[in-house]
Amino acid sequence: MSLLLFVFDSILLLTLLGLATAAVLSPEPRNAVMLFIAFGLWLSLVWARLGAPDVALAEAAIGAGIGGALMLAAARRSARRDNRRDNRRDNRRDNRRDVSCQDAQ
Amino acid sequence: MNRDLSLLIGILVSLLALLLIWIFYTTLAADPGPRLAPLALEQLPNSGVSHPVTAVLLNYRAYDTLLELAVLLAAILGIWSLGPAPSGFQPAGPALTVLANWIVPLAIITGGYLLWVGGHAPGGAFQAGALLGSAGVILRLAGHERAGLPNEAAQRWLVVAGVGLFLLVGLLLAVFGAGFLTYPKASAKWLILLIETAATIAIGSTLAAAYVGGRPPLAQSTSAASKDLGA
Amino acid sequence: MTAAFLYGAAGLLLFALGLWSLLVHEPLLRKLIAFNIMGSGVFHLFIAVAHRSDGSSPDPVPHALVLTGIVVAVSATALALALNSRLEEADAKASSSKTTPSGAPEPNTTARTGLPKPSSNGANRLRWPSR
Repeated sequence: MSLLLFVFDSILLLTLLGLATAAVLSPEPRNAVMLFIAFGLWLSLVWARLGAPDVALAEAAIGAGIGGALMLAAARRSARRDNRRDNRRDNRRDNRRDVSCQDAQ
Repeated sequence: MNRDLSLLIGILVSLLALLLIWIFYTTLAADPGPRLAPLALEQLPNSGVSHPVTAVLLNYRAYDTLLELAVLLAAILGIWSLGPAPSGFQPAGPALTVLANWIVPLAIITGGYLLWVGGHAPGGAFQAGALLGSAGVILRLAGHERAGLPNEAAQRWLVVAGVGLFLLVGLLLAVFGAGFLTYPKASAKWLILLIETAATIAIGSTLAAAYVGGRPPLAQSTSAASKDLGA
Repeated sequence: MTAAFLYGAAGLLLFALGLWSLLVHEPLLRKLIAFNIMGSGVFHLFIAVAHRSDGSSPDPVPHALVLTGIVVAVSATALALALNSRLEEADAKASSSKTTPSGAPEPNTTARTGLPKPSSNGANRLRWPSR
């Protein structure tokens, strides 16, 4: 029984550390935020195991839910801004090409 | 950052982690000494609530919760002082609108339940406030410019409601009662429920306003037009 | 005892992982995730210490402390993200005014934000590498 519980605890903790490592090492912002949300939900599961249902509820709702929504919005804004910058650069290049074509004519 | 430096930082941080784990192990192995838990559980009948975590939050360590609400207020003031909110989302498609119509009332009802149940079971102001805040986030995602919150003047009242009522109760108790935030036993339950209600509203509206991410948008084109039509 | 040590050590490892990432990675969003993981490690240590392996009810005092801590961490994250979005806005404005041909007005929200136009010098100092 105690061995079974030990195995259960180890699986919980190894998954928790694995999720945290993945969130920290992921270079793409949106992936990192989604892994962070998964980490927060898993953490609330671990806290439920440790007999802290209040804190588990709060972590799932505030830490993973609202914190994750805030970070996702920020990641999406920065991705959109990067896209816009790339588009602008492409447009400028196209314009320049048009001008050079006209010059050639 | 170059690779060698990050490797060096990694080695130093792992040494720190090993040191901390060793300290933690020796602390656990030694006798931990008397704990606060028996004292907290022993005084529970005098606290006005029967759930120990709520008793600690709103009665024994009410100062902590008061200051935590003040931190929340300071954060939202900082966000508002950075300028207007970025533009919102486009109005949602029909599926998301229907989903929001179902989820938002459910979240509000569940929030009320969690607030009430906090007196004797897991739950309380923080969880209920988080549910209200996430209802606001869903409304903002579904295209509501202000995340379901009222206009700016009313929002200011909402976000100070928690700290304001908490301080008011504390000062009234200091003047007429036993001392700052020392509840008389008979009315402790209702005072705690009153403070928790105000704290729920403040936490919910602060989190939703933080998600909006700036000063509340003025009534703009579409919302102003619909309001004018409604008036 | 073993369970408490196992869970507490996991909290300390989370703290170290977050500290390493906070020091090594440059983009602010990654620093924020690292900072939140550091905080989660501390909260996890608190919850592990509060737990009793003999089955009696856990210590409510650390639970209450962690509850307030979670709310404070999220509000700090929200403030940092708002600051970051202003920084990126100022950065984008500075770089676009530097690279676009003269006189082309950018469709930005310059008038609405009311931020002082950063000098190119200041913009370089404020610049936060996005990769």
